[in-house]
Amino acid sequence: MSRASRRRAAEEQAAQRAAGGPSAGPTSFLDVRDLRIHFPTDDGLVRSVDGLSFSLDRGRTLGIVGESGSGKSVTSLGVLGLHKGTSARISGEIWLDGEELVSATPDAVRRLRGQKMSMIFQDPMSSLHPFYTVGAQIVEAYRVHNDVSKAVAKKHAVDMLGRVGIPRAASRVDDYPHQFSGGMRQRVMIAMAMSCDPQLLIADEPTTALDVTVQAQILDLIRDLQADFDSAVIVITHDLGVVAEVADDILVMYGGRAVEYGSADDVFGAPEHPYTWGLLSSMPRLDRDRQDRLVPIPGTPPSLINVPSGCAFHPRCAYCARNGDRSTTEVPLMLQTAPGHDVACHLPAEERRQIWVDEVQPRL
Amino acid sequence: MAAFLVRRLLAAIVLLVVVSMATFAIFFLVPRVAGQTPDQIALRYVGRSTSPEAIQATKDRLHLEDPLPQQYGRFLSGIVAGSDFKVGPETVPCPAPCFGYSFRNNQPVTSLLVDRLPVTLSLAAGASILWLVSGVAIGVLSALRRGSVFDRGAMSVALAGVSLPIYFTGLISLALFAYTWKLWPNGVNYVPLTSNPLDWAYNLVLPWVTLAFLYAALYARLTRAGMLETMNEDYIRTARAKGLPERTVVVKHAMRASLTPILTIFGLDLGLLLGGAVLTESTFSLPGMGQLVVDAVFGNDLPIVLGVVMVAGFFVVLANLVVDVLYAAIDPRVRS
Repeated sequence: MSRASRRRAAEEQAAQRAAGGPSAGPTSFLDVRDLRIHFPTDDGLVRSVDGLSFSLDRGRTLGIVGESGSGKSVTSLGVLGLHKGTSARISGEIWLDGEELVSATPDAVRRLRGQKMSMIFQDPMSSLHPFYTVGAQIVEAYRVHNDVSKAVAKKHAVDMLGRVGIPRAASRVDDYPHQFSGGMRQRVMIAMAMSCDPQLLIADEPTTALDVTVQAQILDLIRDLQADFDSAVIVITHDLGVVAEVADDILVMYGGRAVEYGSADDVFGAPEHPYTWGLLSSMPRLDRDRQDRLVPIPGTPPSLINVPSGCAFHPRCAYCARNGDRSTTEVPLMLQTAPGHDVACHLPAEERRQIWVDEVQPRL
Repeated sequence: MAAFLVRRLLAAIVLLVVVSMATFAIFFLVPRVAGQTPDQIALRYVGRSTSPEAIQATKDRLHLEDPLPQQYGRFLSGIVAGSDFKVGPETVPCPAPCFGYSFRNNQPVTSLLVDRLPVTLSLAAGASILWLVSGVAIGVLSALRRGSVFDRGAMSVALAGVSLPIYFTGLISLALFAYTWKLWPNGVNYVPLTSNPLDWAYNLVLPWVTLAFLYAALYARLTRAGMLETMNEDYIRTARAKGLPERTVVVKHAMRASLTPILTIFGLDLGLLLGGAVLTESTFSLPGMGQLVVDAVFGNDLPIVLGVVMVAGFFVVLANLVVDVLYAAIDPRVRS
């Protein structure tokens, strides 16, 4: 989505909010609106995702960033409809190419899964079935959505394995997952996810289990495939380095909510949320003196059962006192601070920019 | 795969030799270590007449005064190549596998075992099919409907199943079905499969169900736990993410993985049972190996006990071998 169209979408959404009326149809290829995913447990209601909205067009990459437990993975599983059959309570809207998924039947969503939208998981060792050859697993993924013979599907599997850079794909197609290295396994996973030309690819921490050189290769591969297939890609990660590498837009999540959302240039170049500042300060950088210490964000991620009142980040925020008691009583809304750049923070926009320029940026 | 098979087979043979050594040691070495003289040992094998002459004859016949290694060699060669026993004036041939001679029954142990084995086989085969199918089916359904009325009900029954001893459930079922409701008016009487298959099955239904109830309860609990664990695996999530129908996810992905450990236990249980389902056979008066060994223990007929122990050991080793091979067929990680 270009900056102009993002602005248009943002204006429309703002207008809707102001009107308070029912939301109109989708404006983007993927349009998630006010998504809430809650899990009732014996200890209380876990608000894993609480009012999340974002949108994504084909050919673009969205990076969703946040600590463990910020709701990143729950969101992606929700988009794929993989919470069906669990205790999850889901509300809001997920529009994929004009089709609403939250209210769709489980079987309708299943038919889209693996075909129109697919997912790459974090740990390819445990995410592939140990008892079936990689070929059989790709064939299965292909044949469930395409009415072809086993031989045709097998040929397609070999093609896909070759495409993701597995050497001697024709013979390796009959190997089992444990016979591959970690990086090669993740390539298998990607081949499987891409086997039906998905228009939406969600990569959930695709490089976490891999060593650094392999990480770069896998990210390159995802980028190349995205260009070839013109897919919309969501990369979920806690690693800002990964996001900087691949994302066009960035959504920063905290405690199940979005706190900052904008283009990669905006979020890296002029971040306005104290949590985003914290993430940037705690990221190791090669262009920095190795003697410098990283600045961690104090405190721990919030409990999703007892999310702190007001701004969920306030117990860990160095600037929350500047807002009087607003930070502890009032949930900050995602408001546009610049065209296509939304932030949920009570600090006045002027003050945020001042803090970034004067205090935070010089430390990085 | 071939190398794996050969390795497993060799290991099984070695294991059988060890089993034979252990068994031999229990019956011949341990008494000697405990201070018994050959005379006292011979007394256990002598039969009804315990005159000094009879004891001396038994000692000679069993070569009890030979050094132990030599005795073990003779024991082993009897199993492998057979041997002869002098009974009074005549010589009784005991073809391989010869586990000894029961002087109380005046028969080679092997022929006694061959008489009893079909009963135990019939009992174990029918019961094991019954418990495997019902236990696994109930376990899978319970796991898929965790917390439902079906799950709770099935698990309560299963708890009763593992807690109630066979001689209790067996006697209750006999009292109700055979004597009160007259479904088996004459009780349970074993009929060989070869003489009348229908009668064979009819008479074995109660023992099958009684024995299967205990194991089915155990297997239902194990299957349920295994399925619950497997359904949380990442590769199940992957299978769903591919858009597979839930049925395929459960049957092809989850059950295949969670039934592998069940298979192991099944092999062991079946192997153990083939050595004699002592309680079930006693409760229903089935003339199987379990009955044979119980009678032999009470009658001090040690050659039979020794023979049954060897056969039971053989079945356990054999079952383990089959399980290992099946395991390799199921799990590719075992092969390499």
